[in-house]
Amino acid sequence: MTSILVPSRRSVLRTGLAATSLMAMPAILRAQGAAVKLGIIQPVTGALANDGDLGKLGAELAVQDINAAGGLKGLGGAKLEIVFADSRSNPETAAQETERLNGEGVAAIVGGFGSGLCATASQAASRYDLPYLIDVGVADQLTQRGLKNTFRFSPSFGMVTKSALERLVALNDAAGKPARTVVIVHEDGLFGSGLAKLLQAELPKLGFEILETVSHPSPARDMANVVLRIRSLQPDLVIPSNYYGEFVLLARTMQQQRVRPKGIYAILGGGASSLRFVKEFPQAAEGVMDCNHWPDPKNPLTAELRKRTEAAGRAFAYNVPMNYSAVRLMAEAIEKAGAPDRLKIIEALSTQSFSSGVMPYGQSKFATGQNTSAMPLNTQVQGGDVKVIAPESFAEAKANFPFKA
Amino acid sequence: MYAPQILIEAALNGLMTGAVYALIALGLTLVYGVLHIINFAHGALLTVAMFAVWGAFALFHLDPYWAMLGIVPLMFGLGYGLQRFVIGPASHGSDNNVLLVTLGLSIVLENALLALFRSDTRALDSDAALQVVELGPLLLSTPRLIGFAASLAVTGLLWLVLNRTDTGRAIRAVAREKLGARLVGIEVDHVYAVTFGLGCACLAVAACLLMPTYYVNPRSGAAFVLVAFTIVVLGGMGSIAGALVGGLIIGVVESFSGLLLGDSLGQIGIFLIFILVLLVRPTGLFGARA
Repeated sequence: MTSILVPSRRSVLRTGLAATSLMAMPAILRAQGAAVKLGIIQPVTGALANDGDLGKLGAELAVQDINAAGGLKGLGGAKLEIVFADSRSNPETAAQETERLNGEGVAAIVGGFGSGLCATASQAASRYDLPYLIDVGVADQLTQRGLKNTFRFSPSFGMVTKSALERLVALNDAAGKPARTVVIVHEDGLFGSGLAKLLQAELPKLGFEILETVSHPSPARDMANVVLRIRSLQPDLVIPSNYYGEFVLLARTMQQQRVRPKGIYAILGGGASSLRFVKEFPQAAEGVMDCNHWPDPKNPLTAELRKRTEAAGRAFAYNVPMNYSAVRLMAEAIEKAGAPDRLKIIEALSTQSFSSGVMPYGQSKFATGQNTSAMPLNTQVQGGDVKVIAPESFAEAKANFPFKA
Repeated sequence: MYAPQILIEAALNGLMTGAVYALIALGLTLVYGVLHIINFAHGALLTVAMFAVWGAFALFHLDPYWAMLGIVPLMFGLGYGLQRFVIGPASHGSDNNVLLVTLGLSIVLENALLALFRSDTRALDSDAALQVVELGPLLLSTPRLIGFAASLAVTGLLWLVLNRTDTGRAIRAVAREKLGARLVGIEVDHVYAVTFGLGCACLAVAACLLMPTYYVNPRSGAAFVLVAFTIVVLGGMGSIAGALVGGLIIGVVESFSGLLLGDSLGQIGIFLIFILVLLVRPTGLFGARA
């Protein structure tokens, strides 16, 4: 028998649910038609917060634009509403926050940044058939786990390395093969070590001699030794793969110790494709090349996004256009699905093709979750700005190689 | 394997880096030696000082070495205030509470910095950063040389303060025998706060020496603090000379093991030497009290 004074579990639940839906009411009332909730997950605190913060900004700008242009057209102009989650640069939190997003009833999730974070978040989302679009998370395995809900907008690690090596050979050949010897400098986490391994296997086949592979921890307190080794080896090329802080330390120490290789060719380098680095250390940055995520420079929206990023007080980096484009793609998928229905969105993402926003991917189409047309661009810091130098169809400038100051 | 010139340069690099480590450890060991506080907020306070240096440069284009004149007293004041009004009262005299309070303080500071500055990595492009002193075939980084000299000077100065001034005598008295010091009229709370302030002042100097070449983000102090703890134990907890010698040893060991084993494994050298010394001398190199 249920006493009147002692509420049963069920009645507590019922009241709780009623209260929750009451609290959610204002949001529903505000939008004309029901707003579609879109989960955005980024690490805005912790070690990767700089990237997460920029990614979040990109997503917000996209939602602003979509809503300002009349919302989701296929859904009677329903507005998009962001439910934001901070993964705190921690894979466990990323999974927990994904559970929360599911509880809040989002139709899909966009974001992640960082392979480890994307891995746990998309896994958690897969339990609820919640469509998950990865912005940046380069580990190849992410789309090879057989998760039907998981899609990656950007190129995988393997795709980036392949492009980077092809373009390196082309660059070197075009300049009369000035570079033959290489030193690889990489951070010792999953991303840097994996990349170094790939390079060690591939570079010799392409006629390059690897003089040494130097790994360092992140955060590193000091790059003096790394640079000392580079100086004693006198390589033609230095290929760094690390995060922003360490990249800056490396580039500056090299400049100070007067180590001037014929080129610094970063692959997914943390600093070379960030305007913050260029702005703060114009001398150390000049001439640094990078093969990385980068928006189509010929798309007028790219320049506009850069302006809006700077207006928000941030230095432009690829995270903004990447997430801007990914959110637009997801909105298109929801429209194509015709309803904020998770299974239908997954179906649309798996079978249809989409515009790629400002990223240079043409039409995006997913095969086993990977965007097959995704690719990185090659950039070089020239005259205090980041210029695309390859491939030809997107290039804004000629490569300065071998580097002449 | 390596040319002698490279080895010499690695040794000098190690000494110069080690001197700055020593300075960071100095603050930690002083606070431990007197207050018996294992200060978990040390790293966060270093980050605060580094942001102050960065801020002075960004706002007023103040060179880090000149900024020292302002930032050292400011950090001293901050340390004094923290001990007097936060750590002291909140700990109610219990060592366990002190641990929790300083740990909590580090979380608060880190997140406050995160809220204020976001997690952007920032560095300053000062003129000194890229200068080198040429010594024959050797290229020695000017900021590191300055760091080395300044660290030695500050250690000497601190030693003088502790051994030749009334404040120093009071600090040593409190460290030895708190109750006795109180009985002879030493204001113990004030001495505690001064000591904590001195610890923070050491951090301020270290921050000014680091910033011309290093970067800062809300977590960058953490990179130094584990090393500093190692140095404090290695040198003998509470020993000033121990902090200096320990810092220099760790710097050189790190430099050589980094050069020979690769930077990732360079850290192993630190802990190997650490374990070795503790096996032979459990109280650390200069530790008197067990």
